[in-house]
Amino acid sequence: MGYTAKFKVWRGDDTGGGIEDFNVDVNEGEVVLDIIHRLQATQAPDLAVRWNCKAGKCGSCSAEVNGKPRLMCMTRMSTFTEDETITITPMRTFPVIRDLVTDVSYNYEKARMVPAFAPPADLAPGDYRMAQIDVERSQEFRKCIECFMCNNVCHAVRDHEENKTTFSGPRFLMRIAELDMHPLDTVDRREVAVEDHGVGYCNITKCCTEVCPEHIKITDNAIIPLKERIADKKYDPIFSIASLFKRNKQGRQAAPDTPHATK
Amino acid sequence: MSEIERHSFDVVVIGAGGAGLRAAIEARMQGKRVAIVCKSLFGKAHTVMAEGGIAAAMGNVNSHDNWQVHFRDTMRGGKFLNSWRMAELHAKEAPTRVWELETYGALFDRTPDGKISQRNFGGHEYPRLAHVGDRSGLELIRTLQQKIVSLQQEDYRETGDYEAKIQIFAEVTITRLLTTDGRAAGAFGYFRETGNFVSFEAPAVILATGGIGKTFKVTSGSWEYTGDGHALAMRAGATTLNMEFIQFHPTGMVWPPSVKGILVTESVRGDGGVLTNSEGTRFMFNYIPDVFKDKYATTPEEADRWYTDPDNNRRPPELLPRDEVARAINTEVKAGRGTPHGGVYLDVSSRLPADVIKKKLPSMWHQFKELADVDITKEAMEVGPTCHYVMGGVEVDPDSQETLLPGLFAAGEVSGGLHGSNRLGGNSLSDLLVFGRRAGLGAAEYVEALPTRPAVTDAMLTEAEAEALAPFSNVGDENPYTIHADLQNTMNDLVGIIRTESEMVDALARLQDFKVRVKNSGVKGGRAFNPGWHLALDLKNMLLVAEAVAKASLDRQESRGGHTRDDYPKMSDEWRKLNIVCRYDGEGAVIEHQPMQPMRPDLLELFDVEELKKYLTAEELPTHDAGSDH
Repeated sequence: MGYTAKFKVWRGDDTGGGIEDFNVDVNEGEVVLDIIHRLQATQAPDLAVRWNCKAGKCGSCSAEVNGKPRLMCMTRMSTFTEDETITITPMRTFPVIRDLVTDVSYNYEKARMVPAFAPPADLAPGDYRMAQIDVERSQEFRKCIECFMCNNVCHAVRDHEENKTTFSGPRFLMRIAELDMHPLDTVDRREVAVEDHGVGYCNITKCCTEVCPEHIKITDNAIIPLKERIADKKYDPIFSIASLFKRNKQGRQAAPDTPHATK
Repeated sequence: MSEIERHSFDVVVIGAGGAGLRAAIEARMQGKRVAIVCKSLFGKAHTVMAEGGIAAAMGNVNSHDNWQVHFRDTMRGGKFLNSWRMAELHAKEAPTRVWELETYGALFDRTPDGKISQRNFGGHEYPRLAHVGDRSGLELIRTLQQKIVSLQQEDYRETGDYEAKIQIFAEVTITRLLTTDGRAAGAFGYFRETGNFVSFEAPAVILATGGIGKTFKVTSGSWEYTGDGHALAMRAGATTLNMEFIQFHPTGMVWPPSVKGILVTESVRGDGGVLTNSEGTRFMFNYIPDVFKDKYATTPEEADRWYTDPDNNRRPPELLPRDEVARAINTEVKAGRGTPHGGVYLDVSSRLPADVIKKKLPSMWHQFKELADVDITKEAMEVGPTCHYVMGGVEVDPDSQETLLPGLFAAGEVSGGLHGSNRLGGNSLSDLLVFGRRAGLGAAEYVEALPTRPAVTDAMLTEAEAEALAPFSNVGDENPYTIHADLQNTMNDLVGIIRTESEMVDALARLQDFKVRVKNSGVKGGRAFNPGWHLALDLKNMLLVAEAVAKASLDRQESRGGHTRDDYPKMSDEWRKLNIVCRYDGEGAVIEHQPMQPMRPDLLELFDVEELKKYLTAEELPTHDAGSDH
């Protein structure tokens, strides 16, 4: 049952660091985060790691396990062979603070730039009516636990530090799509998606979808539809002319017999 | 004194779960400048793990529901030890608080007519929990987080500064509350990232730090649950109330060992899941207590009919309040009818089609598949009790949430009173919203009425700094991780789900020993993101809280809700009239008794006298005959 595993863990801070070797006990049923905790308790009490729920619900313990972004709490040791060396490094896209802990403030800054949900002004609390089928599209994206692994893996920022000012990564393009598909939202974010969040940088390689621990179809269900709606607006001649008269969704929603359940 | 970053605010909120965020929103809406301080990253608080939903008598699924029914259910669930005023406010205000979330952008599951859908849960007479699948807590925290962002956007439009009114300090631990002349004056702590110190100077402080789960070995709580708020409040001169009442959720995972304690949502039972022992018996029918006899089905046939025809059948006993189910499971396992890994079976695979299970319980399916290699659409889960919630907490005024220390407020799990001796599922998320808002309002009004801001002196900060750095100068070779593990085992084994005098006396002796060992635990490394140091400081809080729990548990000589005594197995009318209050005397926790306020007559009238007889003493009984509408 139990065995001793070979671990390599990156240790250091913003001034530099490197891989350190550890031999550490592993018991049946354990996950990578258990092993990191065992290292803390027995060999490296000041090993820095972020975690919280240890049940795949909070998205705190993201790291790269053998080069792949993973939640450490959901990576079972039984997925490795006993003689395999397991290498744990911090998420590469974000600056290291210490050991496995990175500075993810980029994500919070981008979140703040997405125009918030805006319901119709005359709709009283308690009077919201939406059909299940209409809320389901946005509900898929609201499963996001903000582990930021999609933003970590996206090559538009992973390999291009300079894009961080203009590109918000899959997490926040998905947030825009989520608000866009909210049956009662009244704001048009298409221009913001292009100008402030750089939706054009995404070339649909679907790396984000592959790493999502919640199995959200980020590219297919969020980003591609968002791109399509932007393309509609930009290139559809009839829409362009019509938009000269009615510039936003609010105008369309204000029609007296339009139920709130449609957008 | 080294460099200390000093900030000044109107209101400081400690904790960024549901209660903290709702409090911050309210204080900001009242025009106050607010700091939110949290130990984790923003948006990761323990609320995120809540699964079932938010209890609110909106009556969307069953129109018979109203605040009176919810109030009655809450009081029954808590076995009448609740603060009835809090239970009243909670039941009345919860629907408004839920509808408000929709205006912030929340997307709950819907009924066929487009309203918020509501699900059944233990102890709730009607389907009452607003939910999103089994990730309701995530929806709640994300919604509040996004509302805060939207307020920051408003402030940005007005002032050019996102942080003009609300500033978030993530990954900061508070080590001490600052007080001046018997009033709150702020909070002192450190940035986890750097180890640098910081003070938040403010006339009003709101504690929203959650629970104490990490004091126990088998727990559904996250690492943050170290009882910080309870300990900070007690050290600052406030009190805690009824700390002996700890909820052991009946269904935590029992295997594999590394995930033991992780929650399996009550929704599994609410949606049709049944509990069986190793002999295949659906054993809950044998555990319906007298006080609930007329409300629960006595045969599997009737129980199964209830899911489709709740008006003409009684509820399945799997949906008894959590304390009853947890004790039943404990008894079954002790009697040798447990599963190979020491739990019982919880089966939904034989009750619902696979696609329905995946739709209604997606994160349970995911959790068992990923962590235990169990496909819950094909086989039963193994479950057992896990430390889940502390009903006791910081003593507060029911309307304003102010503690006994002026200017210090508490909301959510850290506060006590609402849930009495046992909390109903779903009443926690509604608690966070109702009383988070009230705390924010109470703090804003307090600041408004205060003529001068309390001063924070350099001497106060120097003292706080020395206290926080103490673990670095300890010379012994005790390992804080080992002390923590020993503490967790002690509480689990000796002050756990079933308690007895001799074991608790033993526990208290061990706690004294741990206090000595903590003083001998030196910390290695520097101050930057050093988990060893963090744990050494958290341990002090856990030890004080553990002492409060153990002393109150030893004192209360009856069994009620989340406090079960082997040596005093019955409920006692006399003990029901008493709150056990805990203070800090400079050394540790000391307890005293406080009589409960008699319930207001108009609230008493909501119950049949016959039912009240089960809980109240003869002289407390009202003279009305019947009168309730159920």
